[in-house]
Amino acid sequence: MSTTIENTAEAMTDGSVDLLRFATAGSVDDGKSTLIGRLLFDSKTIFEDQLDSVEQVSQDRGNDYTDLALLTDGLRAEREQGITIDVAYRYFATPKRKFIIADTPGHIQYTRNMVTGASTADVALILVDARKGVIEQSRRHTFLATLLGVPHIVVCVNKMDLVDYAEDVFENIRKDFTEFASRLRVPDLTFIPISALEGDNVVNRSENTPWYDGPALLSHLERLHVASDRNLMDVRFPVQYVIRPQSHDARDYRGYAGTVASGVMKPGDKVVALPAGLETTIEAIDTADGPVEEAYPPMAVTVRLADEIDISRGDMIARPNNTPAALQNIDAQICWMDSDSALVKGKKYAIKHTTRWARAMVKDINYRVDVNTLHRDEEATEIKLNEIGRIQLRVTQPLFVDPYQQNPQTGSFILVDESTNKTVAAGMIGGLPHSS
Amino acid sequence: MTSHVLSQLRSLEAESIHIIREVVAEMQRPVLLFSGGKDSIVMLHMAAKAFAPARIPFPIMHVDTGLNFPTVLACRDRWVENLGIQLVVASVQDAIDRGLVQEEPNGSRNRIQTPVLLEAIEKNGFDAAFGGGRRDEEKARAKERVFSFRDDFGQWDPKNQRPEIWSLYNGRVHQGESIRVFPLSNWTELDIWSYIAAEEIDIPDLYLAQEREVVNRDGMLFAVNEFTPLKEGETSETRSVRYRTVGDANLTAAVESDATTLQAIVEETAAVRVTERGATRGDDKVSEAAMEDRKREGYF
Repeated sequence: MSTTIENTAEAMTDGSVDLLRFATAGSVDDGKSTLIGRLLFDSKTIFEDQLDSVEQVSQDRGNDYTDLALLTDGLRAEREQGITIDVAYRYFATPKRKFIIADTPGHIQYTRNMVTGASTADVALILVDARKGVIEQSRRHTFLATLLGVPHIVVCVNKMDLVDYAEDVFENIRKDFTEFASRLRVPDLTFIPISALEGDNVVNRSENTPWYDGPALLSHLERLHVASDRNLMDVRFPVQYVIRPQSHDARDYRGYAGTVASGVMKPGDKVVALPAGLETTIEAIDTADGPVEEAYPPMAVTVRLADEIDISRGDMIARPNNTPAALQNIDAQICWMDSDSALVKGKKYAIKHTTRWARAMVKDINYRVDVNTLHRDEEATEIKLNEIGRIQLRVTQPLFVDPYQQNPQTGSFILVDESTNKTVAAGMIGGLPHSS
Repeated sequence: MTSHVLSQLRSLEAESIHIIREVVAEMQRPVLLFSGGKDSIVMLHMAAKAFAPARIPFPIMHVDTGLNFPTVLACRDRWVENLGIQLVVASVQDAIDRGLVQEEPNGSRNRIQTPVLLEAIEKNGFDAAFGGGRRDEEKARAKERVFSFRDDFGQWDPKNQRPEIWSLYNGRVHQGESIRVFPLSNWTELDIWSYIAAEEIDIPDLYLAQEREVVNRDGMLFAVNEFTPLKEGETSETRSVRYRTVGDANLTAAVESDATTLQAIVEETAAVRVTERGATRGDDKVSEAAMEDRKREGYF
């Protein structure tokens, strides 16, 4: 194990450690829990009392081996039924990076959970059982990861120990997978032969796969270059909150607080405030630690403008020569997430996009995608739980949007049922703007 | 020149500030639940940063079990004074005197805090309450949302949580319902200490190692004081200890440590092999689902 504790402690405070979020998808049998357990264990993230408790429960149940899934399956219903019902977040750090794992169960409500986990992920880890090859589930998980625009996909061909670490098994899976993935938008695809159980190529390169010249999984995750995945081109600053101190010493202060969605902002930059369309310049970018020379995603800052213009929450600051589209007709892919209702034509919802709430009506359902075959059903009249579809929405006021694949921050929205207040859908705005 | 990559601590801080601002922008009457422990202090510190140079636009609430370490109360009062914020105290002792709750036989006031908390939330009309819970603390928490919906009884239903996608949080509630918000969801114990050290945040001195008179009970070291006096037949000893968590003074144990500085605590935390609750909380060892059960009832 390359991790040294002293390095981690020092790196954590000196700011040299960055953050990588990855989502794992898989079902009970493909060794996902074992893999996560191994990453956590080998990075010394599983604590002794946690391991004791898991070992005890495994013994009580008469299991032959320590069930590492018990580390993440914390809810009573999960333990009683031996299933995972929800996304679990796990954390570990090496001297190079801190990792946040969104561990999504593969079998129950897989689409909803996977969409949730993948929405913030830099990397999707797809597990393929070396004995089974690329199956329907592998295709489904990959499709969802690409739909959510996850920039890196790592295919872990697991259980290599059970196929005698045979190179041709690995190569065949790589070929099958690559062929299937060529129909999707996968910017970066990597294959690693592993055995989560035996530890081959998980933390250390394995001697059992001399034919494999790539890195072990952990080194790959440590080195993966994710900084360039962020959109630093298009300045988008959704105004979250207006700061106007009601105090004597800062009476004239007026700052627009928010999180930089994309682009790099600097004092002196010409900007435009939408929807007003008024142009001004950035006077200063404040933080509680003092003004900064530039702000980039995901910094949370407070922007002061040279001119007093009327801006409120939900407005968007961009550059005059580079603005998002102001659309009331939205073309989007959605994933339906509510078990008690379905999306049908004519229904109205609350919509949240960046920091802006509006109301939206479903104008049309174009098609529903079968996530297993990618077949499009154009006769579909509703979209139910765990289903993906393409729809047209009419929104009560313009949203300032970019295509999701170009800018996830300004290309995503949620739909909320106005009677139950539940979040019922995740939406990704399509490539071509219709008339607004 | 900058590479435009934010360090992981600054990314976590930015995420927390985003969450705190989102709540203030969308909810009617938020409150920050403040225990005086390190997590609620870090949360309060970031709330101050989120609205600077303005004041924090919401009150903080301390559910006071009456079993506080005096230095924790002193630290709380320093924070209130320095930030010029309003402090609401919900007193468990007062609730016992009024008959709202009954003292439990084992002397733990952990569970009976819940009705007191829920009553105070209702009485003050709070529709959002910030909590310092972290997902790395406990298995039930690992699956809780950042915006965690509570029905009009204050209960959490783990099977019926709102999906949380991207950073598009949904805090919509009906009258009487509320949300608990966990801005520190993605922080680990090591992150908290690294951040406290980096920002030089004022915390109770209990967290730093010091020679203290302690008694060993089932492998847990309790400081000998008015809350945990020596029982008959017990002998005390002097050891260098610090507190990893600061809960009720009668139930929180200390750990052996030489860490007298924040940086030393960071190093010790990076090396430690037992969870903080496992090491120091007598009250968390009740059952495998103890935390889930308490959360369902409306606990923090």
